[in-house]
Amino acid sequence: MSDMTQKIPQKSRVRLFLDSDIFYAFKRSPVAVASTIVVSILILSALFAPLIAPTNPFDPASLNLMNGFTGPMAPNAFTGETFLLGTDDQGRDVFSTILYGMRVSLFVGVAAVLFAMVLGITLGLISGYVGGWTETIIMRTADVQLTFPSILVAMLIFGVAKGFTPVEYRDQMAIWVLIVAIGLSDWVQFARVVRGATLVEKRKEYVEAARLIGRTPFAIMLRHILPNVLSPVLVIATISLALAIIAEATLSFLGVGAPPTQPSLGTLIRIGQGFLFSGEWWILLFPAVTLLALALSVNLLGDWLRDALNPRLR
Amino acid sequence: MSDVVLSIRGLSVEIPTRAGVVRPVDGVSYDIRAGEILGIVGESGAGKSMAGNAVIGLLTPPARIAAGEIWLNGNRIDQLKGDAMRRLRGKQIGMVFQDPLTSLNPLLSIGDQLTETMLTHLPISRAEAEKRAVAALEEVGIPGAAERIGSYPHEFSGGMRQRVVIALALCAEPSLIIADEPTTALDVSVQAQIIALLKRLCRDRGTAVMLITHDMGVIAEAADRVAVMYAGRLAELGDVRDVLTRPQHPYTDGLMASTPLASQGKARLHQIEGAMPRLTNIPQGCPFHPRCSYAQDKCRAAPAPEITGGHAACWFPLIAEKVS
Amino acid sequence: MLAYIIRRVAQSALVLLIVGLAAFSMFRFVGDPIDNMLGQERTAADIERLREQLGLDQSFPVQYFKFLEGAVQGNFGVSYRQGRPVADILMERAPATLELAAVSGVLAILLGIAFGVFTAIRRDGFVANFIMSASLIGVSLPTFLIGILLIYVFSVELGWLPSFGRGETVQIGSWSTGFLTATGLKALVLPSITLGLYQMTLIMRLVRSEMLEVLRQDYIRFARARGLRDRTVNFRHALKNTMVPVITVIGLQLGAIIAFAIITETVFQWPGVGLLFINAVQFVDIPVMAAYLMLISVMFVGINLIVDMLYFFIDPRLRVDRSGGH
Repeated sequence: MSDMTQKIPQKSRVRLFLDSDIFYAFKRSPVAVASTIVVSILILSALFAPLIAPTNPFDPASLNLMNGFTGPMAPNAFTGETFLLGTDDQGRDVFSTILYGMRVSLFVGVAAVLFAMVLGITLGLISGYVGGWTETIIMRTADVQLTFPSILVAMLIFGVAKGFTPVEYRDQMAIWVLIVAIGLSDWVQFARVVRGATLVEKRKEYVEAARLIGRTPFAIMLRHILPNVLSPVLVIATISLALAIIAEATLSFLGVGAPPTQPSLGTLIRIGQGFLFSGEWWILLFPAVTLLALALSVNLLGDWLRDALNPRLR
Repeated sequence: MSDVVLSIRGLSVEIPTRAGVVRPVDGVSYDIRAGEILGIVGESGAGKSMAGNAVIGLLTPPARIAAGEIWLNGNRIDQLKGDAMRRLRGKQIGMVFQDPLTSLNPLLSIGDQLTETMLTHLPISRAEAEKRAVAALEEVGIPGAAERIGSYPHEFSGGMRQRVVIALALCAEPSLIIADEPTTALDVSVQAQIIALLKRLCRDRGTAVMLITHDMGVIAEAADRVAVMYAGRLAELGDVRDVLTRPQHPYTDGLMASTPLASQGKARLHQIEGAMPRLTNIPQGCPFHPRCSYAQDKCRAAPAPEITGGHAACWFPLIAEKVS
Repeated sequence: MLAYIIRRVAQSALVLLIVGLAAFSMFRFVGDPIDNMLGQERTAADIERLREQLGLDQSFPVQYFKFLEGAVQGNFGVSYRQGRPVADILMERAPATLELAAVSGVLAILLGIAFGVFTAIRRDGFVANFIMSASLIGVSLPTFLIGILLIYVFSVELGWLPSFGRGETVQIGSWSTGFLTATGLKALVLPSITLGLYQMTLIMRLVRSEMLEVLRQDYIRFARARGLRDRTVNFRHALKNTMVPVITVIGLQLGAIIAFAIITETVFQWPGVGLLFINAVQFVDIPVMAAYLMLISVMFVGINLIVDMLYFFIDPRLRVDRSGGH
């Protein structure tokens, strides 16, 4: 790779990326292309939800209880209004609640993964570089935590945090508690990869050289290790995102996540499940399909990325 | 030196890749007779192992035999499929791999691995197979074979494990052994023992051996005849004494001059300029011409000739030049 | 080997002590137990008496020790919400969860290994590719959606199977079992599929990738070069080597099944400890949360210990190497 870039210096970074093996493999994989498109559409529509959504489902002024239980694409018996995906029991437009719900789901998922990533990279770097007792404590904690499924860890953290939060703030804080709970349950993978890379880099001579010329090896290692672990971290982050979205949905579904005032896709499904037997299938189906599309396409992308960056498995 | 065990005619192996179809083996022909050791020598990537894998039917897809014929004991085998080919492996063709540390299944005792091989190919009882397993281990020089039959691979040293591998390759009495770099992974002190063992066993049984190596020393020690490969093609083929002492192909000549054994006493070892071409980028004409100090226009224009008369695939073989 | 076992048991005990510390800290610091246990009308004397009674006036290590002492005897205090001893509630609920987890676990392991081996051997086959794609959907599909989907198809539309509860149970001593009645067995079907499916896909994908890795090894090439039958190579040589890493994960997955039962039990209103736990989280019923955490830890640690012992039967290298103690 490196001699190639020397021979043809006139190629731009974009050109290099377009010529790279990764991009070649990407173009050749319909699954990767399709999931990228789906993920992009979902992310964009969540970002621009206020512009796309016909109503703001959380503005009490825009709600009309008479519109309750309107089926998809069918005019309401009392008001004559039509809704693309129908309405729920309180007359909220399902399409709008999904757009806003996806915002919450994606925000929690992305924030939790970023939190886990920063925490994992920092702890991995510290334990790899400092070693000794610090390393033992960090990595043992990681081992113990890894013994438990992360969803259980997240639930416990959520429960404990809820115990600490005064009752009147619980709903407001729920989203942030959720992010911390999911993030804390998911840092171990990042820490392990970074620690491994740090241990390898630490032995190399340039670290010694850096120390000799008086620069802090820690800063230099950060610069050298991060590029090395970029691809595994990217893969872990993508797969973690899918897991975090599912974890958030699960917690919210179980009633220990996003509150009804700020529903995520999981909360919407929890609400919709109540109407499963009474025939209002759309309140459940559309949020469920959206969640599935989101989780599946992110997962497929992560799966493809892992295979593409690890040619051994191809 | 009479009956031909293995006969390869114009064998080519192809691998389709992103950069087009490459030919790691291109139009190779040679014979191996019973009791004879043919050394195949060349740099890594010259196609030595690939030819061996083609013979035993273990090319890793998408690599495939594109042209040529392989005859074993008078039967054509390159077109055999699935189970028919499997029956030949072990029974008629044995194989010894490079690294004895990874060739043996770590979870099965060596006795189990020996008996399962024999029971697959020979119509004998389990008790008989177990008896023969001990005998086979004794034959390859494992001390205390009867006690060690239940041992696991990790309980043996590298050299001992390679002896076990040889016992496994020979236990169903094949007529051909393909030994792919059998000594490369071993300590120097053990290499000679393994070569001597292989040589003795094959002489005794009249087994033909294809000895693949990059080590001229091993060739000089063990082989009866030698095939020199370059960029997937045969550069030179002949009796080991002729080829080593009077190489006709400039490549063999360079190879010999760069081998410590052959150039004893010289102050510096010779180097062949340049590197073997990538398979995606093999030059027109004789593939060696860019590195050959004797190259002429003809070498650049026309592919190297078939080996006739002499033993080199070269338009201007060295002996002829010196004579004229 | 004995040294190895002793060391593993010691490690397990250490893990339990750490988890116990976490559980105790929850117990001690989250919310005020006094607040939780006494109503609005209380006197300073009441508070003081309860403090003494709960041992809250003693030092932290002493309290921790007392907590452990109680925990070992199965005493986790009284549920804030139900006002009954936590141990009694857990004992009542445990059989439901354990039976569900056992059925799901067996399902997941058997099918997971079978499919994993199949997809690895027929790597590029149509059926194998189909199973792999389906499994990816299985991994992406959140457990609760699978449960809802099954309820919709088999309970709402077809009406074949119950959508909630355990059916009739038979009491054997202190154990209530659903295995012995028709309704109990019917009630098990949907929850155990829901719970086992995710673990099955995980095991399957792991078995497949480990198997592909093993199939690339030299000793497999050598086994083929010796002309062994495909069946022998795949099962006797490859699968056995695959099992060494796979068993670790299967152990973890068995633990995970008990934890994931929380979700399945919520969807199917299955009266097990998982449902108990999720209600405890909703109502911040700390004694129940702490007890559940300890109970789950003991199971996890126990399973891991058994898994480590299993290695000795599979891998002869460990019988020599590890017993030396490094």
